[in-house]
Amino acid sequence: MRQIAIYGKGGIGKSTTTQNTVAGLSEAGYKCMIVGCDPKADATRLILHKKAQATVMDMARERGTVEDLEIEEVLLTGYRGIKCAESGGPEPGVGCAGRGVITAINFLEENGAYGEDLDFVFYDVLGDVVCGGFAMPIREGKAKEIYIVTSGEMMAMYAANNISRGILKYAQSGGVRLGGLICNSRKTDKEYELISELAKKLGTQMIHFVPRDNQVQRAELRRMTVIEYSGDHPQADEYRSLAKKMAENKNLVIPTPMSMDDLEKLLMDFGILENEEQQGLGIGERKETSVFTNP
Amino acid sequence: MKIKDHNELFQEQEYVEQFERKKEFENCPSAEEVQRIGEWTKTEEYRELNFKRQNIKINPAKACQPLGAVFCASGFEGTLPFVQGAQGCVAYFRSHLSRHFKEPMTAVSTSMTEDAAVFGGLNNMLEGLENAYTLYHPKMLAVCTTCMAEVIGDDLNAYIRTAREKGAIPQELPVPFAHTPSFVGSNITGYDNMMKGILTAVTAGRKGEPNGKINIIPGFDTYTGNYRELKRLLDIMEVRHTILADVSDIYDSPNSGEYKLYPGGTLLADAADSINATATIALQKYSTAKTLDYISKEWSQTVSALPPVGIKNTDSFFEEIGKITGKPVPQEIEDERGRAVDAMIDSHPYVHGKRFALVGDPDLLLGLISFLMEIGGSPVHIVCTNGDKKFREDAEAILSESPFGQEGKVYIHKDMWHLRSLMFTEPVDFLIGNSYAKLLWRDTGTPLIRIGFPLFDRHHLHRYPIIGYHGALNLVCLIVNTVLDEMDRKTMNTTSFDVIR
Repeated sequence: MRQIAIYGKGGIGKSTTTQNTVAGLSEAGYKCMIVGCDPKADATRLILHKKAQATVMDMARERGTVEDLEIEEVLLTGYRGIKCAESGGPEPGVGCAGRGVITAINFLEENGAYGEDLDFVFYDVLGDVVCGGFAMPIREGKAKEIYIVTSGEMMAMYAANNISRGILKYAQSGGVRLGGLICNSRKTDKEYELISELAKKLGTQMIHFVPRDNQVQRAELRRMTVIEYSGDHPQADEYRSLAKKMAENKNLVIPTPMSMDDLEKLLMDFGILENEEQQGLGIGERKETSVFTNP
Repeated sequence: MKIKDHNELFQEQEYVEQFERKKEFENCPSAEEVQRIGEWTKTEEYRELNFKRQNIKINPAKACQPLGAVFCASGFEGTLPFVQGAQGCVAYFRSHLSRHFKEPMTAVSTSMTEDAAVFGGLNNMLEGLENAYTLYHPKMLAVCTTCMAEVIGDDLNAYIRTAREKGAIPQELPVPFAHTPSFVGSNITGYDNMMKGILTAVTAGRKGEPNGKINIIPGFDTYTGNYRELKRLLDIMEVRHTILADVSDIYDSPNSGEYKLYPGGTLLADAADSINATATIALQKYSTAKTLDYISKEWSQTVSALPPVGIKNTDSFFEEIGKITGKPVPQEIEDERGRAVDAMIDSHPYVHGKRFALVGDPDLLLGLISFLMEIGGSPVHIVCTNGDKKFREDAEAILSESPFGQEGKVYIHKDMWHLRSLMFTEPVDFLIGNSYAKLLWRDTGTPLIRIGFPLFDRHHLHRYPIIGYHGALNLVCLIVNTVLDEMDRKTMNTTSFDVIR
């Protein structure tokens, strides 16, 4: 059983990419499970064709204790037998979402969700590695491979670098390795080259460049993966190709995160950022736009 | 100067008046109103409301996970229980155990405070391990956690590895660990997690020639007398054995005038060799579930859980020992059995038909239910705060085996305040529980027989075994003499106040 964690900046397309890739793996005959580690609980909707499945923490809240849950209530089966679970978590503004992830994964483990017939377990993890709870999927005995979803946008690259720093900590003391960057294209300037270079700097590879295509949104509106909704579409082949590359990937490394200066230099080298003298920090495109300008 | 204790002091006029005056400022309802509500809490109506209660536990009959974990860890040679978390928690574990055993108890904490909650407890762990190792020279540091470390998700495995890499502790020092959030499970879960953690660590790479021994895991058993009884019985049978987490010398050490930080425990060499034993027998089921699963899967040993409380249960225990070792039960033990049965028959007329309420840990309750029915007592209310559905099924199965069990009802996840309602609406003759159950004795007047943990308010009970045939004898003695005390009290001024019972 290979356990894989998917990290990346919020809104970058982790859940979409994960579900489409898992659909590709299932199509190729692998048995897979997805564990959503995000209170928003949207990591399995495309597989289950549901708005949101009952999460471990929702059920625990209803019953009063996680001990009263049955595994069948929170471990559902969707497209091509893919098993799906969502950790869920508290309402926004209260409680501790990180602990929710720990509680949910412990529950799944203790109740035999990790069957021996599984080939892949995917953890779809909220945003950045924000606290110990969100690092739960990469603790000892769990996911040993991590992929980071990113794009050519500056903040997504910052996040990718930041996550690499988190991985480094766990890689040194445990067996966690970075498997590569997945570029989920936003059609920014020189995106392919930029992310390839970022990957190189982080000591890893850009395992796949997923082009932007509205077919993904069309499929999502029907709560389906592209592979299920329109298996013949070229975008479906992109995900199949990513699935194949991940299944065959042997390039697992301890990442070499960059300093902030190096990261900005990379952006400058690609002409995204100008150097400090030229770039006019804090100056708008049209100077008169700022209403706060002191006369 | 004569120093008065509080029993006398607070009865003095000055304090009596002070307490009265205090009521004014506390906006206290009138004595009649307090009386009225008090009476109402004894009714069926209140019982119904009480059982609907969801968001609060009142006087739960359980302790928290790390308490079970440090108890388990302390039973190994030269082992310092090490808690990643706040100081106050560890002070509680230590005082709780010390008050029960009337012995000092050693454990250290990493003193996590607010900054550790924000930045993670890695630095506390590094400094803590280095300090504890340097100051107290343990042979093993057994790490568990409190709520605080668990909420922020401290990764013990990674931290301990980092500590070794940075040289805070030697590479070869065994540092087993267990994640033991207090808000999950109870003392029995913590015991189980720690035991599994310790066995995993000390047996790594030690699989070798079979050693022909039997491993015994007593579970969360706070009767030091049980450990000594177990060793005595197995020695009589000439069965070579290893008791995993032998706490007897830790919590019942001879007073030689010299303080020993590590007064005994299971030898680490024996613990390491336990992987090569013929079989493992646990004396409790619910406090060893994960450990037994691990031993059966990873060590490929036959495992069983047989609590030797009462005659039938002790018979099963010896049958299992016989099956594994091929050794017959010697006459000496047969005679002990005979004497225990004789005592039970002597006392049977007084216990027969008496109705009991019981509260405690699941494994203890299973043993006591079985034993009570053997002497003709009827378990009626069985309350288990830390029992699950499986426990309820087990308990109901035992109750269904005897006509004395027909009235028995099992309440899981319930506390002593629930039991109070049960005892007011369906009164019983006697109550079995720990020291906290004395509050129920005060409220309901039902005599309390103290069996369980903690026992703070009576001395030395933990030194006498309640397992094996001797244990059965002690249990009869505890139970029947409470019955007879009560009989005397009730007949004091009647013609039935008899010298002969």
